[in-house]
Amino acid sequence: MARYAMVIDLESCVGCSACAAACVLENEVPPGHNRLWIRQRELGVFPELTVEYRPEQCLHCENPPCVPACPTGASYKNEDGLVLVKYERCIACGACVAACPYDARFMNPAGYVDKCTFCEHRIADGLDPACVETCPTGCRVFGDLDDPTSAVREALAKAGRIDVLRPEMGTEPKLFYLNTPSNRGLDEAEEVQQ
Amino acid sequence: MKLNRRKFLTLSAASVGAVALGGRAGALKAPWTVPQKWYEEQVSTVYSYCENCFWKCGITVKVAGGKVRKIDGQKHNPKSRGRLCPRGQAGVAQLYDPDRLKRPLIRVEGSERGEGKYREASWDEALDYIAARMLKIKDEYGPEAIAWFGHGSGDSWFVEYLPAAWGSPNAAKPAVSVCTAPRETASQWTFGRGVGGHEPVDWENTEYIVLIGHHIGEDTHNTQLQEFAAALRRGAKLVVVDPRFSTAASKADRWLPIKPGTDTALLLAWINVLIEEGLYDREYVEKYTVGLAELAEHVKDKTPEWAASITDLPADTIRAVARELAAHAPKAVLPPGRHTVWYGSDTQRMRALYIVNALLGNYGVPGGFYLAKKPYLEKYPHPPFPLEPAAGGCSGSSGGSEEVPEGYKPRADKGKFFAKTTAIQELIEPMLSGKPYPIRGLICYGTNLFHSIPNVPRTKEALRKLDLYVAIDVLPMEHVMWADVILPECTYLERYDDLVAIAHKTPFIELRQPAVKPLWDSKPGWWIMRELAIKLGLEKFVPWKSIEEYLDTRLQAIGSSLEEMKKKGTLVQRGRPYLNDWERWHMNPFKTPSGKIELYSKTFAEHGFDPLPDYTPPMPAPTGYYRLLYGRSPVHSFAKTQNNWVLMELKPENEVWISNAEGKKLGLRQGEYVWLENDAGVREGPVRVRLTERIRNDCVYLVHGFGHKSRGLRLAFGRGASDNALQTRYVLDKISGGAGLRNNFVKIVPNAAKPRLKRISTLARERRL
Repeated sequence: MARYAMVIDLESCVGCSACAAACVLENEVPPGHNRLWIRQRELGVFPELTVEYRPEQCLHCENPPCVPACPTGASYKNEDGLVLVKYERCIACGACVAACPYDARFMNPAGYVDKCTFCEHRIADGLDPACVETCPTGCRVFGDLDDPTSAVREALAKAGRIDVLRPEMGTEPKLFYLNTPSNRGLDEAEEVQQ
Repeated sequence: MKLNRRKFLTLSAASVGAVALGGRAGALKAPWTVPQKWYEEQVSTVYSYCENCFWKCGITVKVAGGKVRKIDGQKHNPKSRGRLCPRGQAGVAQLYDPDRLKRPLIRVEGSERGEGKYREASWDEALDYIAARMLKIKDEYGPEAIAWFGHGSGDSWFVEYLPAAWGSPNAAKPAVSVCTAPRETASQWTFGRGVGGHEPVDWENTEYIVLIGHHIGEDTHNTQLQEFAAALRRGAKLVVVDPRFSTAASKADRWLPIKPGTDTALLLAWINVLIEEGLYDREYVEKYTVGLAELAEHVKDKTPEWAASITDLPADTIRAVARELAAHAPKAVLPPGRHTVWYGSDTQRMRALYIVNALLGNYGVPGGFYLAKKPYLEKYPHPPFPLEPAAGGCSGSSGGSEEVPEGYKPRADKGKFFAKTTAIQELIEPMLSGKPYPIRGLICYGTNLFHSIPNVPRTKEALRKLDLYVAIDVLPMEHVMWADVILPECTYLERYDDLVAIAHKTPFIELRQPAVKPLWDSKPGWWIMRELAIKLGLEKFVPWKSIEEYLDTRLQAIGSSLEEMKKKGTLVQRGRPYLNDWERWHMNPFKTPSGKIELYSKTFAEHGFDPLPDYTPPMPAPTGYYRLLYGRSPVHSFAKTQNNWVLMELKPENEVWISNAEGKKLGLRQGEYVWLENDAGVREGPVRVRLTERIRNDCVYLVHGFGHKSRGLRLAFGRGASDNALQTRYVLDKISGGAGLRNNFVKIVPNAAKPRLKRISTLARERRL
């Protein structure tokens, strides 16, 4: 029993996409789809500028809207708090894809809905997810929220400000962002997806 | 196309349940088999090092079902420390790229170079063909009439080993004169030490960092990025000097949007403040340097106010940064960066940068620069080669022997500049003019002639004139498809290479070994070199029977073995990182003529160069033109990785960055396609417009490496614009031999049609494992 979570420090992230490449290869993500992607936002006016590089993926919500949307029970939350898909039970109806407020799920051409699993198979071996392990900046931290000595708990305890995506949805995401540059009070500019 | 929530909702107004029934024929059927994942099979691991840039990270290659499936960083490797950048991760996609060169090709008799007409040949026939023509050139013109270009860690066979055995001094790498030459030459004549392939910046201990045109984060040099991020997390202050708001600038405490080409003025003003305000490290400067008095006199009038009028930066900011540097010294550092061939006056700019560092007393001191040490390694005991070419490398300053042995000629670029290493772009002219003597043949290993050497039209003309042009490569790059003979090398995941010895805080040796057998009829570089040497009658220089024997002999000589290295991958030795580590043994790290750090260079004065760095204004832009700046994407290396589907999905094309203000003036729309035309009339593109606040109004910016024109590269072809194609002009740095590339100017020609190309994901589907 655990409650797995990820913390991403946006002060360190440079948007290099090592995480995205590692994810594609580790999880055999088909071309044209992503389990993990990076958004880039340019904020401010010359010369008062900043850029936000924001990696996104499944947030493994405490209250995942995708799970009740699933008519077959293929989408579920496991005892470690991971939101997963039993691929064999998935009928590819797409209800969960529609229910996810974060666009984190996609239809795998192999015939089922696919998404980030926090590299469940690696966690089982005591390893970090592939994105965390490879990140050159070390901006990603992974661990068990229920374990007071875990790296995520430590990172969250030290953090000044903690953000989650779309908190108003009440999904209680377990993907936390630290040091979001847009909190510096600069105007938002158009969003560019990398 | 990705089916996401929004698209899904627009696709279907029907209820979710209805879609469930209609989405799959007979939707509620029995469970189907989900494909087995690679990691559910038996996975074996092989240690090696990466080749997707020059950084040489140690890697752990995971093989399942006879195929490479995943690459991780080697945990015990000082470069990767268990982490990898996207290019390192994506090496798998290069290995299984169906566009790879598969067997030797010989240009069809009667066809022109560049027409791309080839016939398949056996290795024996291809190598015989090359050897016969090389020997003919040698008979007519001498061995020096063959030039050797190399890029990548396999190049040691083709720019060091074989040309030395053959007797040609004309071996060169783009990694020197179109990249690091100025910083290496300046470091050599200031500190008496090169910078080396791994910049010896003591990130671990620094408190204040000033980056000048140094794009950390867009240059994903793994270790450097790791240490940079860690330094910032630790609270180190960061100043970024750049005409463009780089990724690094987005992490900075101060961004100084300097006018392009005026960096030396800024550096001289910092020197002025440090001396005039008495902020420099007196004890260090007195003990370790020469020339302070001359320097003080030289910069007396180079005040922040003087620099402000040149650099477009406020004098107060200039002064403030100098004071902050001093306040944090010696734990304050101005790293050298890597690609330093900017304006042609680059060695002097780098000298100015090193002088600021020296005044901060940071060289050989924690928080500044550590003193990198080469690991101990022995050469293979082959008979002595007739000469030693001076191709250099990223670590470039080594230089060959200046003395030319009896019966051999000096380098064809000798006398054009001061440094000892060969300038690749200066070997093109002799192919055309025959001066100082003819170069009639070219062996090109992994060097992208049309994406790395300025003035592509000249290069093409030179290639047309040659008697022999051989390309050894992995992919059918455009320049490869000009060769008389194309030799397909296997990728780094399928071969051994020579050992690499990395100068570092903790010096180490890395082994490259194959994870899988070579695909198709491709061969490793060492094999190609050895077979060719034998056909050239140079068999006495390759007495080793196999690469394993060669490597094992070298490793046995240092008390290790190939067997041990295969198990370990990396062999780490002890370093000597700081001045006190040297002084304890009464050793002097400063190998300058004076034995000290030379603020004033007598040698430069003797050779007619400014002994103290001065500011030279850059070539001005013609009216209506923007200065063309360029840099990197974190997901691509040079022009090497644009056919890799994993990376191309992340970054499929480059964009031309232009300021919102200028874009408005020109009436440009975000994302529209335009042509770029330089002031010599060369047109390139089409390329997308990226309107941004992140760049000054006097320049535009391109990520390097796009704009491939070889149809054999089905992913890379026709995407984006090549900066190199627009770099028809360069200013030769008379000290380092560097080709100053930022002297090219472009205008925007709007209303280009969007190129009609298949989506990357469509093309990538056939490339999945």
